[in-house]
Amino acid sequence: MAAASGFAESGADLDLVGIQKRFPGFTAIEHLDLTIPAGSFFALLGPSGCGKTTTLRLVAGLEDPTTGQVLIGGKDVTKLRPFERPVNTVFQSYALFPHMTVLENVAFGLRRRKIADPIDKAHEALRLVELDHLATRKPQQLSGGQQQRVALARALVNRPALLLLDEPLGALDLKLRRQMQIELKSIQESVGLTFLHVTHDQEEAMTMADTVAVMNKGRIEQMGAPEVLYELPRTAFVANFLGQSNLFTGPVAGTTADAISVDVAGVKVVVPKSRAARHTGTVTIGVRPEKLALHTEKPATDASTNALGPGRVIDVSFTGVSTQYLVDIPGVGNVTVFTQNMGFGPTAHEGAEVWVSWHVEHGFGLEDDPDAEPRFSPDADTQMLAVQTKNELQSELEAEEA
Amino acid sequence: MAFTAFSTGTAKEQAPRRKSKIALLLLLPGILYLLLFFLVPLVALIATSLQEPVPFGDFGQYQTAFRWQNYVEVITTYGDQIIRSFTYALLATIFALLFSYPIAYFIGVKCRQWPLLQNLLLVLVIAPFFISFLLRTLAWKSILADESFIVTGLKALSLMAPDAHFTGTPAAVVFGLTYNFIPFMTLPIYAALERLDTRLLEAGRDLYAKPATSFFKITVPLSMAGIVSGVLLTFIPAAGDYINASSRFLGGSSTSMIGNVIESNFLVSLNYPAAAALSIILMSIILVLVTAYVKRSGTEDLL
Repeated sequence: MAAASGFAESGADLDLVGIQKRFPGFTAIEHLDLTIPAGSFFALLGPSGCGKTTTLRLVAGLEDPTTGQVLIGGKDVTKLRPFERPVNTVFQSYALFPHMTVLENVAFGLRRRKIADPIDKAHEALRLVELDHLATRKPQQLSGGQQQRVALARALVNRPALLLLDEPLGALDLKLRRQMQIELKSIQESVGLTFLHVTHDQEEAMTMADTVAVMNKGRIEQMGAPEVLYELPRTAFVANFLGQSNLFTGPVAGTTADAISVDVAGVKVVVPKSRAARHTGTVTIGVRPEKLALHTEKPATDASTNALGPGRVIDVSFTGVSTQYLVDIPGVGNVTVFTQNMGFGPTAHEGAEVWVSWHVEHGFGLEDDPDAEPRFSPDADTQMLAVQTKNELQSELEAEEA
Repeated sequence: MAFTAFSTGTAKEQAPRRKSKIALLLLLPGILYLLLFFLVPLVALIATSLQEPVPFGDFGQYQTAFRWQNYVEVITTYGDQIIRSFTYALLATIFALLFSYPIAYFIGVKCRQWPLLQNLLLVLVIAPFFISFLLRTLAWKSILADESFIVTGLKALSLMAPDAHFTGTPAAVVFGLTYNFIPFMTLPIYAALERLDTRLLEAGRDLYAKPATSFFKITVPLSMAGIVSGVLLTFIPAAGDYINASSRFLGGSSTSMIGNVIESNFLVSLNYPAAAALSIILMSIILVLVTAYVKRSGTEDLL
């Protein structure tokens, strides 16, 4: 019990060394090396089934790794059982004890560790989440958002060196989730604990975490500050999971001192060497939709601008702050463009002939070997599917009319 | 803080209850049944318990009276048997609980991943019901008889005194009661544990509860409804049981319980008022004990 005795003065480092986790029939975590510095807010982001929840359970001690070690604050806890680890979890299901009052739920961990004045401390934790007036209620008498805050108070009251959050905001509606995100972030800053947050919501991960690790198929694809991940994704998975990306693949056609140019359907697309992971062979170049400019006339290109086109606008959708265009460029494929609705600049309607351009500095070169994955996976783009369905329906209607 | 903005949500309100004639109509057969087969016999039983012998009448002839002394007489005469009944029933209930809880936990929690095994084990728990309860008790009588290999074996190993018996002892009666009521204890506990959310146990472990602590603080309270039902289903019939304690089965002359006394008064000495008075006493004591027990365990909604 040494590790779990007393309150943690501050957060602790978490180190995962060579973790692998196999279940009968499948491997949840292929190979994981991860260091989370003390006091940071770390998010593990990934689609469902990518191994992120398993990672959390390994840290909590609810699962044992097949190989590898878990270190908390430099101490090997791999062999310790969950109740011996200085870790608390806010569960996705909240897992509040239905037979206890809210207050007793919060005091549970304190009582187990025989900490003085558990009731006072539990009240204090409930005041932190502004639920002290409901202390005598049973959990099932509370709303989802209130239960979530009780779960948070129940974990936080123990002042764990490491707090694990397993999609804790998943059950909340959008407005509540926003408020809780801000609240969680401010609690983390004020108590200075290490938070490990697991989520599939890329926006949540980016707004809350100092460091985001994108997980896919049991591996960490890329890790870094949210801005870095967004501006310079290293793999196609990251480029598409974290926001949207336009990807173009082609052989490297020329190299200068600080840039490479890639032949995309006969057009040279330039990307700085510093923003490309590979400089030879077949390379995939990406650019974010909001970095693209839409032109109704062929733009004048210079060394600092890439341009593709002409293409045809096949879909326009207005989302309020921006308008999203889907442009079909022959030989290249579909390109998504977001333009801010600022009342100026060209606007295009469906069927219009357009060009797209972007600043060379905004492109990024991916590390993936494009041969390993299809160039444009036909089913990946839901927007494309929607457009196809719409066109099919329209042609059917026209055929009927005729 | 931002919390105030969404802390107004209160618990769900209960749906208003509407009195309806249809509901009453649907209840009618049940009410009639209870009146006819419960209330009428109960009144008849109370009336019988207060009867007095017909003066100069035949053996077993009684007439309506208000002879409350019947109660005093049976309590003074059969006080030992009354106390014995509840002691045996209590012991059998405790043993049945100690045996059944692990079985129910194993089937309901540990075997969740294998529903087929779960069903198979449940069938095994219920299987004894396929054979008459009398036959099974008789079988135990021969298994535990003096000449059985168990008793002779124990004697050969000097684990039992050469002149000792097993059948006819209080231990044999309590054993029989425990054995016969284990399924009644296991099934309700299984039903409660089967619904147990194991994520709560994980939460308990995460909150520094050792396995034993999470068992007593989380698992037991959450299966309390099953424990209470199991205890009632075991204790009530066990207190009134007259098969196991009978000298024709596992008991002897020194083990007779209230049920045996009622049986002999009714069938042998034809003392109907005494038998009826004993029945009323048995029923009242059970009612008082059960009410107190259910109140204590905080599951009033069971009754």
